[in-house]
Amino acid sequence: MKGAAILSYLLRRLAILMVSILIAAMVLFLLLRLLPGDPANALVSVGADPEQIEAARKQVGSDLPLSEQFVGFVSSLLRFDLGNSFISQAPVLPEIGKRLAVTVPLTLMAFLLAVVIAVPLGIIAAVKSDRWYGSVISVISQLGIAVPVFWIGILLVTVFAVNLRIFPSGGFPSRGWQRPEAAFESLALPISTIAIVMSASLIRYVRSATQDVLGSDYLRTARALGASFSEALIRHGIRNGSVPVISILGIELASTLLGAVVVERVFSLPGLGSMLLLGIEQRDYPNVQGVLFVSTLLVLLVGFAADLAQRLIDPRLRDRTVGTDR
Amino acid sequence: MTDTSLIDTSPQGSTRRSWTFTIGAIVVGLHLVIGLSTLFWTPYDPTAMSGGRLEMPSLAHVAGTDRLGRDLFTLIMIGSRIALIVGTGAIVIGGLIGIAIGLLAAFASRTLDDMLAAGLDILIAFPTLLLAMLIVASSDGASLWTAIVAIGIANSAIVARLTRILAKRVLRMDYITASRISGTSWIGVVAIHILPNIWPTLLVNLALQFGLAVIAEASLSYLGLGTPPPNASWGRLLQEAQGTVYTAPLGAIAPGIALVSLVIGVNLLADGLRDIADPTRRRRR
Repeated sequence: MKGAAILSYLLRRLAILMVSILIAAMVLFLLLRLLPGDPANALVSVGADPEQIEAARKQVGSDLPLSEQFVGFVSSLLRFDLGNSFISQAPVLPEIGKRLAVTVPLTLMAFLLAVVIAVPLGIIAAVKSDRWYGSVISVISQLGIAVPVFWIGILLVTVFAVNLRIFPSGGFPSRGWQRPEAAFESLALPISTIAIVMSASLIRYVRSATQDVLGSDYLRTARALGASFSEALIRHGIRNGSVPVISILGIELASTLLGAVVVERVFSLPGLGSMLLLGIEQRDYPNVQGVLFVSTLLVLLVGFAADLAQRLIDPRLRDRTVGTDR
Repeated sequence: MTDTSLIDTSPQGSTRRSWTFTIGAIVVGLHLVIGLSTLFWTPYDPTAMSGGRLEMPSLAHVAGTDRLGRDLFTLIMIGSRIALIVGTGAIVIGGLIGIAIGLLAAFASRTLDDMLAAGLDILIAFPTLLLAMLIVASSDGASLWTAIVAIGIANSAIVARLTRILAKRVLRMDYITASRISGTSWIGVVAIHILPNIWPTLLVNLALQFGLAVIAEASLSYLGLGTPPPNASWGRLLQEAQGTVYTAPLGAIAPGIALVSLVIGVNLLADGLRDIADPTRRRRR
């Protein structure tokens, strides 16, 4: 019975995922077409005559009706083809793959580091809110949300690259992950930058989830039955408190992935974000569209994973066969 | 990225509260005075080489000079003005559009409401910065106004969602039914019952959006999608200073401090406003 419930949930959630991907593709497609400026402008120089413009429009397909363009877009998506760059003529997908090799490890490692920092600090901030260090953690995490991520990056560069000279101020080894230690070295500061910003906001969520646990009846009951405070917190608190935190983690991971664009600029990393930025500067529509589509896809997948994780942890959600997802 | 409902906190109660409001008001007031004063006076001409390149701080140049020999303190002062314009512009645009859509959704039929709600969720999931980048990039030549409009539109989704939820809560009240029966029009209901009930929460949210708008614009400018000097925002100053961080680290620090102080000031103000607006919160926990 339980297995069936999980299976039916999984299938339904997968269907939702597929529909979301389709909607995302549609929204993205429309958004890029609604913006002023013809994609063909990237190909022609200023003062080009009408024939040249017409030829360029034909070349990029912007002379076709919107519906035909969309059908073309979706059918090439199904063939895992994101088109070719206007500027370099290189296919977009392999280029994205190359860049994901920087962005994905960057995001995931920063994410893990943030969780490692934020979970214990958030719990301490809630449990020891009457001590000075509890308050200090809370205050610092509140300050953290007022600081732009790129400034943290610049500060880290100033301290660790300029003054201490421990890490490089930017760049990524051209041979990439073939020399892992060099790759790690160049990712150290970017990872710390993202982790600092992310943990500031995570601490607040962990803290508030812990506060809810502390005020709960089950914790009191466990204590009354003789469990020590930490025993009760570990046995009952973590599982209960992690449910709301996991959904936040999903959102945070997704926004970090998309927010990596700024951090990649700070440290001149050849990731997805810098590809997007370059694409925007050069009006290279296929690149922009490809990057946005792939990142949206990743965001949706992260959301899917977070939902599943929540179900597995919380039996109340797991056994529910009908109803909404939240 | 930031959820507004969790900012609040600790159990100390109202003493800490009035304190946050005061500090917030002082910091924001200071930025306001500095920002407004740049309309009439600045220590130096922001476009002129008033000293050597990358000078260290001195009595003549409190924050030193940038790589073109311009007085950094003057540029930071102008940054205050730009940040205030950005924040205000973005929340006015975000507020007007957001409240209108939120109210529409609250009053709309079930289907329209569901569609609007789903649309808003998608917009919210799409990061403000990316949306702003796309809008700025597609409109030829980045200007301060395109950035403000872009950020305002991105923020409007959050305001709309909040307005919708708050307005729906009010609409369920018995006095709304009573009011309708006694002949008040829908517009009357909005003006008499809904807006007065929801504005405190909206105001607090808008104050927080102000800070986020300032950060978003600084990030756009940092990426090179903002206005160029002399009317540059702190983000642009930071981007320029990053190149000279080896010789003049202060340039990469001072504008950041100005930015963070304004955002924290506004957040404290919002926190203080929340209590003034909602006395029940003071006694929670």
